[in-house]
Amino acid sequence: MQKRQAFDIALRQLQLKLLEMGERVQQAVRGAMDALKTLDPVKGQRVVDGDQDINLQENEIVDLCVRLIATQQPVAGDLRKIVAGMRIAGDLERMGDLAVDVAKTAVRLQGQPLIKPLIDIPRMAELCDQMVSDALHAYVQGNVALARKLAEQDDEIDHIYRKVVEDLFALSADEPDAVSQAMSLAFVGRYLERIGDHATNIGESVIYIVSGERSDLN
Amino acid sequence: MSQSISVENLRAWYGDHLTLKGITMELEANRATAIIGPSGCGKSTFIRCLNRLHETIPHGRVSGSIKLGDEDLYRMDPVDVRRVVGMVFQKANPFPTMSIFENVALGLRIGGVRSKAEIIERVEKSLRMAALWDEVKDRLREPATALSGGQQQRLCIARALAIEPEVLLMDEPTSALDPGSTLRVEELVQALKSSYTIVIVTHNMQQAARVADKTAFFLNGELIEYADTAIIFTKPSDKRTEDYVTGRFG
Repeated sequence: MQKRQAFDIALRQLQLKLLEMGERVQQAVRGAMDALKTLDPVKGQRVVDGDQDINLQENEIVDLCVRLIATQQPVAGDLRKIVAGMRIAGDLERMGDLAVDVAKTAVRLQGQPLIKPLIDIPRMAELCDQMVSDALHAYVQGNVALARKLAEQDDEIDHIYRKVVEDLFALSADEPDAVSQAMSLAFVGRYLERIGDHATNIGESVIYIVSGERSDLN
Repeated sequence: MSQSISVENLRAWYGDHLTLKGITMELEANRATAIIGPSGCGKSTFIRCLNRLHETIPHGRVSGSIKLGDEDLYRMDPVDVRRVVGMVFQKANPFPTMSIFENVALGLRIGGVRSKAEIIERVEKSLRMAALWDEVKDRLREPATALSGGQQQRLCIARALAIEPEVLLMDEPTSALDPGSTLRVEELVQALKSSYTIVIVTHNMQQAARVADKTAFFLNGELIEYADTAIIFTKPSDKRTEDYVTGRFG
């Protein structure tokens, strides 16, 4: 016999809201990277302005979770879904903030020629995009194997990040005028690396939902 | 000093119907253990075996062993068993024609306590332990039925405590009480477990989560899972426990 239909519908609603928020964050990361590649302040500003919507989505998810805790007294797997849902919303919100940081860099650098063609940073952004997709798929499917795979992707991002920083340092040594932009781009690398970390946090939340076990994917 | 209860391969029948199908578990001393499960799972039968009430039912039959410490309860006189294993029922059942005082004193008199001073002292002590003394100390001679439902249930707890049992069994003790009285009884369980082995049957999952140190989930006369309460309500091992505590069946 099917019981707690209203509660189950609310849990599906929570899942849907998290997916919508994740999609919105992916758009923000893509938009920020697009703005950076072309140093387009308009595109950059669009990402900055859009962050309010992401913050709103987080608030709605937290409100829904708090309401479910207060009214449904969830336990066991249901409780883990709700607690992890709030954490996932927090991680997505932070990713949105980091996309804003990237977009603000694009706005700040407007009018300057790029000191080097951007190759590794867009590659990092692609990997971040893939990680967010995989994290969300792992969440929807309760797929622990996919969640654990995020650790490998995160290692790859970390590896590229170290290379980005080394390249930019080397460039700054040769061209002192490039130091300021090199630092900004190194920070962009750092923002993307942090997005990867938040994606692994989502993977950890997925493992917690499915098994109740704590894990460290980062 | 309370003692633990060791239950081994406990089976109970109503006529030909096997209600408990071989329960083995250790109920720890100075702990509250909750028994949860859907109606008809055998949880009330289980605690009624612990004070030998089940065998008083026509065609009620029990096999297996239940030990309190080293003492086999089924080798003792049932009256003695009920002296060390007290019970509180779902519906408060004070003796309606007796005063508040007499309700608590009766068990002592039956148990052979003759000293008036000792009876007065133990009645007060029991009412204090049941967190009822302050509410009734000036009306001890009034009939017990003059008390509210929650007070009557605490009076029954005081009555059970007066004979100084080691174990306190509670069969859905708050199901007929309002939320305020329910919380008072739950606080009482928290306070009493330092001195008693408490076993509480409850349909209220949140109550089990609030008051019990360990929780046992029964289904169709079997013990499905028995673990720390925090485990049962956060990550139970058995899918049937998960389905029950999350309200998916039962």
